[in-house]
Amino acid sequence: MAINPDQLIKFSPMHRLQWEEVQQKDVILYPEGMVELNQSSAEILKLCDGTRNLAQIVADLEQKFSTSGLQHDINAFLEVALKNGWIQQN
Amino acid sequence: MAGSNKINPSTTLRAGITPPRWLLAELTYACPLQCPYCSNPIDYTKHQAELDTEGWKRVLTEARKMGAVQLGFSGGEPLTRKDLPELVKHARNLGYYSNLITSGYGLTEEKIVELKEAGLDHIQVSIQASSQELNDHIAGTASFEHKKEVAHLVKKHGYPMVLCVVIHRENIHQMPQILEMAEELGADYLELANTQYYGWAHANRDLLLPTKEQFVQAEQVAQAFKEKVAGKMKIYYVVPDFHEDRPKACMNGWGTTFLTIAPDGVALPCHSARDLPGLDCPNVQDYSIEQIWNDSKAFNFFRGYEWMKEPCRSCDEKEKDFGGCRCQAYLLTGDMYSADPVCSKSPDHAVIELAVASARISALSDNEKPLIFRNSKNSQRLSKE
Repeated sequence: MAINPDQLIKFSPMHRLQWEEVQQKDVILYPEGMVELNQSSAEILKLCDGTRNLAQIVADLEQKFSTSGLQHDINAFLEVALKNGWIQQN
Repeated sequence: MAGSNKINPSTTLRAGITPPRWLLAELTYACPLQCPYCSNPIDYTKHQAELDTEGWKRVLTEARKMGAVQLGFSGGEPLTRKDLPELVKHARNLGYYSNLITSGYGLTEEKIVELKEAGLDHIQVSIQASSQELNDHIAGTASFEHKKEVAHLVKKHGYPMVLCVVIHRENIHQMPQILEMAEELGADYLELANTQYYGWAHANRDLLLPTKEQFVQAEQVAQAFKEKVAGKMKIYYVVPDFHEDRPKACMNGWGTTFLTIAPDGVALPCHSARDLPGLDCPNVQDYSIEQIWNDSKAFNFFRGYEWMKEPCRSCDEKEKDFGGCRCQAYLLTGDMYSADPVCSKSPDHAVIELAVASARISALSDNEKPLIFRNSKNSQRLSKE
């Protein structure tokens, strides 16, 4: 599954993303399961709020971390997220 | 978000102990159904007392503080508790991801909406078979059409829909129809739970345990379906351990992840642990969850590897399966420290082979004894024996 660069990306209403104090990490919760996220994955998913497309997410993160060249890695992660149903397009 | 709230979590956990992640709140043993593989204890009628609303709220609060995040409201039938919406609301405020594990019996559209507004995350509806006749026979209650209606309503109100079917010899031949039904109902998750033989299922094992051939065939059908619906429906397949040669990693290791609270407030490392001798399972009315998780005899009993005997002690797979299930070892060998006899390395493995053979003979026999349904009368009769 590929990310459509023109479409907005939003987090799935069938999953929940939240900070876990005891684990000191963000997690995705869904029926019978939990995925622990590293910081960069969590930063990407928090921007999937239905107001940004791929290019805007990349731009926001590159600005936030004062870096460039994140396009490839972010796209690869979002493809995994889409395949797992964590995010949606359209 | 990150680091904004500086509670040091290590202050509440003892060294070497991982925090609980999953809390199973068995709110009640009351249930309108009579499934003959019920996971409640055979003598459930001896444990009729139930924690009150405030008691459950305290359990939820304390377990959440320890790190529990996945929460199952179970039973019995949790819908028989009038305070369920209040408990769901409390759980949501604490940040749990909560699940109602229900037969669907007594679940109305109004209730589904009320629970959604209270913050319930998902509903797991159990269906006993793909036909009305068999469903109603196994459940001991006419419930098939209503369950299907409930599944539609769960979906309609935006919950992820989790369908659970317990698999055994009476319904395993319906696997293709069960999968078709799940697809028709629009299940997002399908749990195909091969019966685990404790309690009521143990008492009915000769009648419930499928043959190896039946398992192999059903598994092939399920596997092909899994590939077909990939991306649309997620399938959880609970393995039939009697036909495996290595035991399950029961509870992901004792006292590492799972915390079950029985209706009367007894805290259990797994929901069958009450049957093990000498554990003195603590009650939440006498201790905090923190004390129970960190310091109780019951939760420390099988932590780590020191308790193991051979062949587990020197086994290079012990960190993978933790010697299997303690309750199964006790139930089938009489020794809760021995290897789970499912393991082909266990000196007691023959008891599994015998159980499989005995069930096969029963399946071929013309005059099988009847199933023992889970109800108060049978509970009282069997607890006296």
